[in-house]
Amino acid sequence: MKRFATFLRKEFAHVLRDRKTLLILFGMPVVQILIFGFALTNEVTNARIVVLDMSNDNTTRRIIDRLEASRYFDIAATVNDLSRVQSAFRSGDAKLAVVFPNAFEKHLAHDHSAQVQILADASDPNTSTTLTNYVGAVLQDFQQELSPGVTMPYTIRTEVRMLYNPQLKGVHNFVPGVMALVLMLVCVMMTAVSIVREKEMGTMEILLVSPFQPLMVMVSKAVPYLLLSIINVITILLLSVFVLRLPVNGSVALLMAESILFITTCLAIGIFISVKTNSQQVAMLISLMGMMLPAILFSGFMFPVENMPLPLQVISNIVPAKWYYIIVKAIMIKGLGFREIWRETLILTGITLFMIVLSLKNFKIRLT
Amino acid sequence: MRTMRFLLQKEFRQIFRNRVILVMIVVMPTVQLIILPLAADYEVMNVNLAVVDRDRSPYSQLLLSTITSSGYFRLVGYDDSYDESYKRIESDQADLLLEIPAHFERDLIRSGDGKLLVAVNAINGTRANLGGAYLSSIIQRFNGDIRTALLSSERWPALPAVQVTSSNLFNIHLNYRLFMVPGVLAILVTMTGGFLSALNIVKEKEIGTIEQVNVTPIRKHHFILGKLIPFWVLGNVVFSIGLLVSWLIYGIVPAGNLALLYAFIGIYLLCVLGLGLLISTFCETQQQAMFIMFFFMMIFILMGGLFTSTDSMPGWARAVSRANPVTYLIEVMRMVVLKGSRFSDISRHFAVVAGMAVGLNSLAVWNYRKTS
Repeated sequence: MKRFATFLRKEFAHVLRDRKTLLILFGMPVVQILIFGFALTNEVTNARIVVLDMSNDNTTRRIIDRLEASRYFDIAATVNDLSRVQSAFRSGDAKLAVVFPNAFEKHLAHDHSAQVQILADASDPNTSTTLTNYVGAVLQDFQQELSPGVTMPYTIRTEVRMLYNPQLKGVHNFVPGVMALVLMLVCVMMTAVSIVREKEMGTMEILLVSPFQPLMVMVSKAVPYLLLSIINVITILLLSVFVLRLPVNGSVALLMAESILFITTCLAIGIFISVKTNSQQVAMLISLMGMMLPAILFSGFMFPVENMPLPLQVISNIVPAKWYYIIVKAIMIKGLGFREIWRETLILTGITLFMIVLSLKNFKIRLT
Repeated sequence: MRTMRFLLQKEFRQIFRNRVILVMIVVMPTVQLIILPLAADYEVMNVNLAVVDRDRSPYSQLLLSTITSSGYFRLVGYDDSYDESYKRIESDQADLLLEIPAHFERDLIRSGDGKLLVAVNAINGTRANLGGAYLSSIIQRFNGDIRTALLSSERWPALPAVQVTSSNLFNIHLNYRLFMVPGVLAILVTMTGGFLSALNIVKEKEIGTIEQVNVTPIRKHHFILGKLIPFWVLGNVVFSIGLLVSWLIYGIVPAGNLALLYAFIGIYLLCVLGLGLLISTFCETQQQAMFIMFFFMMIFILMGGLFTSTDSMPGWARAVSRANPVTYLIEVMRMVVLKGSRFSDISRHFAVVAGMAVGLNSLAVWNYRKTS
């Protein structure tokens, strides 16, 4: 036990000595939360549009005023030539153009019908669809105002209720995602590198000649990162509660327990990578490309898994981050208890045990 | 000149000796370009819908068949009570819930006023937003259809109507992959260039071979150039492979000038490699360099407008994204590849990135110390 304590002290010294890495480790979740919480939004606002008004009458000017007043649009320019619209798209100065044909007002008054043409830069399909819908809605409102007091017969009114997240904030998706990502990063990458580094520097030999069990070597490598990760989880939770105002709806104790389970999973994977590789660069690349990327891709946090082709959906099942993400979302946002997430917990536990056994089997006490 | 030649020879040998780097350059871009656009598909299809039909009338059936035949929705539950359907949302089986109350048809025909309830699992913002919008517009259309059917016999005064026609330019089929592939390629080039260069000098420091370089009469800028040029070449190789893959798999041919793209990539790579080398001169271990680079990459990629438009960001974030080289590359890639933009359209991008490249590389040369 005393030996173990000495080893732990050595590992802690290694971790704490590297101030720059520590700074990044603690800074990362803070910056991510700030970016996700305040900078990124799926809502489309302030989109620059151009107006081509060939009619230039009272009605079109009223419509343009309405577009201008909407927070979704910024009218970048009023042009008088269709080729200018094209060049505005090409230079990225506008995402959408609203075109009023000649004699708009006259047509509206006499024929009860006038045309508005919307041209959208569809190189970004979702934005262009959303913006086209917004312009349509503004025109709809305007039309309603033209004939006040008249309501259409046989109207179906649809009430839309947004469950869990009424303001459609991205935060609800991002906080659990950031937790999975940061834990993955700290545990997998840091542990993977830390054992390989001893191999690369030649200090591994010293460890191997010591009267130390392989399991103990691994555990002492893992403990400092376990503690760092727990601090990170707490930081993220505090930030999300006090800065983003996203409360934990379920049990905090359960959330912490599940987080520690996931941290263990990640540590086991990191140790496995480091046991199998011989250079730091390889270990980093494997953990970055083989673990981080799948975690970002398949956890469902940035990309909806349901939209993926079936083979990818199947692959996503072996990504631990996916299960942790589901668990965190269930506890934090939906406020569910253990009864609803025992299946995910079981899968994570299974992956963890599998990785630990695999690493122990592969740990070589001889240098080749 | 001779010094440069030997330095370059050394660097290239080291790179080609390292299998992992070669794999990373050839295999990674291919695999990622195949998988990422498939995964990063924000086209909202197959939204799972649970329906509570308490009316069970011809109209409610008609509405349901209109919704399912639209191709956007998959019916995952047909329940009798709200609670049952709500459970489906809770367990993530369903994304949306549509409740058709009892006497929906009777109310609609007798009092001209039918009510429907749509509840959306709004945790997934985009999906909820678009799914809800699709459902509303389908209901709207359904409403229009039955209205014309019911009104055909009666006379109704003509109201002034604004007809809206819309057309989508540059990507008429609204293919989301067309939008993602150039962006993903931009990220790939950035990551390979950035990480390889960040790890490079540090590795020599950690292993100790940098001492050997330091005692030679190699000048500082020679050393940095010797590190820069090989990775610049590699970056271009990655970019070319990426263009090839996107042509072969997605059939994407740049609408604009290919030479213009390569010119921009050339300058852009200098900028990213400069950042990598700068980080490399600051750090002592590969682990450190890796983490610091990762930190910057993360910010760059998230703020670069790959997934969310930079225009929708608040002012301070927009300012940050303007100082981010990745933003410029993603914009240029999308503009030139999809819209066929010309040099005059992207001259500002050229100027900014060239400025960053000069700044970062000068800093790297300045910060590299031959004595420790």
